[in-house]
Amino acid sequence: MDALFENYISVVSMVLFGIGFGNLLLQKNLIKKIIGLNIMDTAVYLFLASMGYISGRLAPIITDGDTTTSRYVNPIPSGLVLTGIVVSVSVTALMLSLTIRLYRRYHTLDIDEITLLVRREHSE
Amino acid sequence: MDFVRNFPFFSILLPMISGPISSVMSGKRAKRLNFAVVTVSGLLSVAAFVYVLYTGEAYNYRMGAFPAPFGNEIRVGLLETMMASFFCFVMLLSIVGGYRFTVVDIPAEKQNLFYIMMNLLLSSLLALIYTNDMFTGYVFIEINTIAACGLIMIRGWGRNLLAATKYMIMSLLGSGLVLISLSILYGITGHLLMEPMHEAIVQIIEQRTYSEPLTVAVGLFCVGIAIKSALFPFHSWLPDAYGYSTCASSAILSSLVSKGYIFLLIKFFYRVIGMDIIHTIQVDDVLFVFGIAGMVFGSISAIQQTDVSRMIAFSSVAQIGYIYMGFGLNTEAGMIASIFHILAHAAGKSMLFISLNSLSDGTWEYANYRKLRGSAYRHRIASLGFAIGSLSMVGIPLLAGFTSKVYYAKAAFGVGSSPKMLIALVALAISTILNAMYFIGQLINIYTPIVTEPEPGTVKHSNVTRVAVFMFIAVNFVLGMGSEPVFRWIQTGLAQFM
Repeated sequence: MDALFENYISVVSMVLFGIGFGNLLLQKNLIKKIIGLNIMDTAVYLFLASMGYISGRLAPIITDGDTTTSRYVNPIPSGLVLTGIVVSVSVTALMLSLTIRLYRRYHTLDIDEITLLVRREHSE
Repeated sequence: MDFVRNFPFFSILLPMISGPISSVMSGKRAKRLNFAVVTVSGLLSVAAFVYVLYTGEAYNYRMGAFPAPFGNEIRVGLLETMMASFFCFVMLLSIVGGYRFTVVDIPAEKQNLFYIMMNLLLSSLLALIYTNDMFTGYVFIEINTIAACGLIMIRGWGRNLLAATKYMIMSLLGSGLVLISLSILYGITGHLLMEPMHEAIVQIIEQRTYSEPLTVAVGLFCVGIAIKSALFPFHSWLPDAYGYSTCASSAILSSLVSKGYIFLLIKFFYRVIGMDIIHTIQVDDVLFVFGIAGMVFGSISAIQQTDVSRMIAFSSVAQIGYIYMGFGLNTEAGMIASIFHILAHAAGKSMLFISLNSLSDGTWEYANYRKLRGSAYRHRIASLGFAIGSLSMVGIPLLAGFTSKVYYAKAAFGVGSSPKMLIALVALAISTILNAMYFIGQLINIYTPIVTEPEPGTVKHSNVTRVAVFMFIAVNFVLGMGSEPVFRWIQTGLAQFM
């Protein structure tokens, strides 16, 4: 139980990941699905960022010529977060553009309804 | 000679650069550029393959200024170069074979977009094959997903948009799981390159620290890849995505895209975790169960389809099940059988899609079971391709599918006195019978002569398609009868993974 409180950031990020994952999987509304996707990805960034941070250390940018490694945090987790953000922005853009096209065609955001409409369109 | 060491890197970079360049080109020029790029990438991969074959050892190629364990690397071994060459070859044949339909299905002003996606897809597939860095693997998984989504929706019908949306949703769930699993793995190992990660994981297992997070991370990674490669029961996106896209898209999606992810999973098993640890945490048993279920239920779903393109798509679910069943056996023979099946399935399935599109003139209406009756007499070469592809999938001797089934059976006997042997053999038998039920039924259907002449289709049959189908038939026979060297290459390549 103490471990849960000590690593509360990891716990929070896992809970957020679950919320996002559930929303992406279960919501019928496409926009809510996309919101779920973003919650899910953000949870992973929180997880990575919290792992990469050590309290009392500086960001790994050398300003005063001091190159002792123990003064700085590892830059890789932050780099991973940045890369991840780029990826998630691009897939969000793609999902949104797909949603717009579907909405223009079927005038609804409900994916079950769209499925019905598509089936009807092709059975005619 | 050492210059050849750069070739795999070039083969990734070339399509990646030519993708954006295609965006300012006309459709025809983009097509020519794409043909050239796929061919050149294939030739570069073949050269790298020959180089590795002669030197006899794999090498790591440093990307950027930082050496391991900090920087990024690609790894070039026999198996990687073989896969890359084969993927380029299948992709080229699929684009050529589907070209007639690409012209009809996609509006002229959007043709260049299609080839952008093809270039990006090739680049990301090659990167997935060669990468030695797990996070790079993740990034290219996403690029692959985006490119594949573009290929699904480019036909622009409502069905395609919906299929692309469903594909994206499932894929994003999968890649989210892969990302969180890599984050956990990075947290407990402190590395992203495969070799240092493996060393850290061996220590973790020895010291019994963090073994639960390790199990969770491996499980999440497997589920993520399983969703993306449509392992039963995560295959709900597959039939629409494969069944309704334009011909070249379906051929490439079914034969290559999911295989790229699976290849990354193989590298993950061998080079990051290690097969003995996989056995310790029993991931292989889980994959075995789902693989067996996929083999049976994929085929049962295929039997129920009236639309033949959906039938072929569902048969992919069964074939993916075979591949995971081979992983589940967790022996060298099982893994070799699975890798051989990746090749056999790619050669057979892309040919089936191209032949089916020729038979049905690229329209959905004609892809219906009844409408296809007698279509073999309209297009003899395509029907020959369909026949060979079906027989290969069923597992008729001399063809690639038979050889992979023989390897699977041998691998199952090799497991020894575990219940896995019996289950695998019974599932192989049941799945073969089910395969035969729908493929042979379909063959009889298209060869049944009808009295009235069917309406002429919109797509003219071309020599290019014929050449592509002939090449595919040749590949199926070569894989079926000359599998011995391929088998040895896979064996050597796997040994180099250790």
